[in-house]
Amino acid sequence: MDDLDRGLINALQDGIPICERPFAEAAMRFGLTEQEVADRIAALREAGFLSRFGPMYDAVRLGGGLTLAAMAVPEERFDEVAATVDAFPEVAHNYARDHALNMWFVLATETPERIGQAIAEIEEATGLDVLDLPKEEEFFLSLRLEA
Amino acid sequence: MELSTRDRALLTALEGGLPLVARPYAALGERLGLSEGEVIAALRRLTESGVVKRFGVVVRHHELGYRANAMVVWDVPDDRIAEAGARLSALPFVTLCYRRPRRLPDWPYSLFCMIHGRERAAVEALADEATAKAELSGLPRATLFSQRRFKQRGARYGARDAEGRGRWTISTAA
Repeated sequence: MDDLDRGLINALQDGIPICERPFAEAAMRFGLTEQEVADRIAALREAGFLSRFGPMYDAVRLGGGLTLAAMAVPEERFDEVAATVDAFPEVAHNYARDHALNMWFVLATETPERIGQAIAEIEEATGLDVLDLPKEEEFFLSLRLEA
Repeated sequence: MELSTRDRALLTALEGGLPLVARPYAALGERLGLSEGEVIAALRRLTESGVVKRFGVVVRHHELGYRANAMVVWDVPDDRIAEAGARLSALPFVTLCYRRPRRLPDWPYSLFCMIHGRERAAVEALADEATAKAELSGLPRATLFSQRRFKQRGARYGARDAEGRGRWTISTAA
């Protein structure tokens, strides 16, 4: 990844324009052709620096359910429980964190009702309690990091 | 908003991301039998209505060198949460900020934010700064650094099932 790639990532984190030639502005700014901008993004995605180039959907507005869930998993069972949790297709991402509640994952489901069912199924499959921590209010959303 | 068949087809076609060509909306339209203008109009509407909450680059923070990411949480009295949330969200290094329910006795915290950094010590300093600037000093607080990532995947909006319901999953900080 070079400085040009970093510049492109920073420019496009604010949003991809929805217009006929969305790469034209970035191309002009960085002295590239539009296809060169597109090719660089493709290469960055290929190399794993970008997980996505396109829309992020709002689960709740699509009629679905979304929550953050936490579990306290005994250290010796951690890998086994992580595998069980990750096997649920509704688990979007799963992180180990340094706290008594040491496993944190996002659940995204097709319907709001399915959240409770999925939690019950995970509790059943692991024998452990799952805390359901849905957002009640959102103060900000802009996951922007300088590359 | 009610999603039309066309909207659903578009969301499904975008599941793998925007085509990486000079005129990506024309390319999408070609796949779906829509004009470039129809694709652009539909996407603008989906973005304005909030169904699409962001349309841009999603970076993998670990791969970009952001090895330290912390969920910082405070037990803020209910009547102070709105003001504290507004103060936190104004800080440039706070990337997400939510009110969530307490789950006593295991989890007394009501206000969450995410702070990403390249070094753990730097993130700890930012967590202290956030506490001071949001006027949360003296309240119970925890800083939970991520240790291992097991699963992180992109948003998906898949094919429709037999009942015609779009099957989708999403990757975002809930």
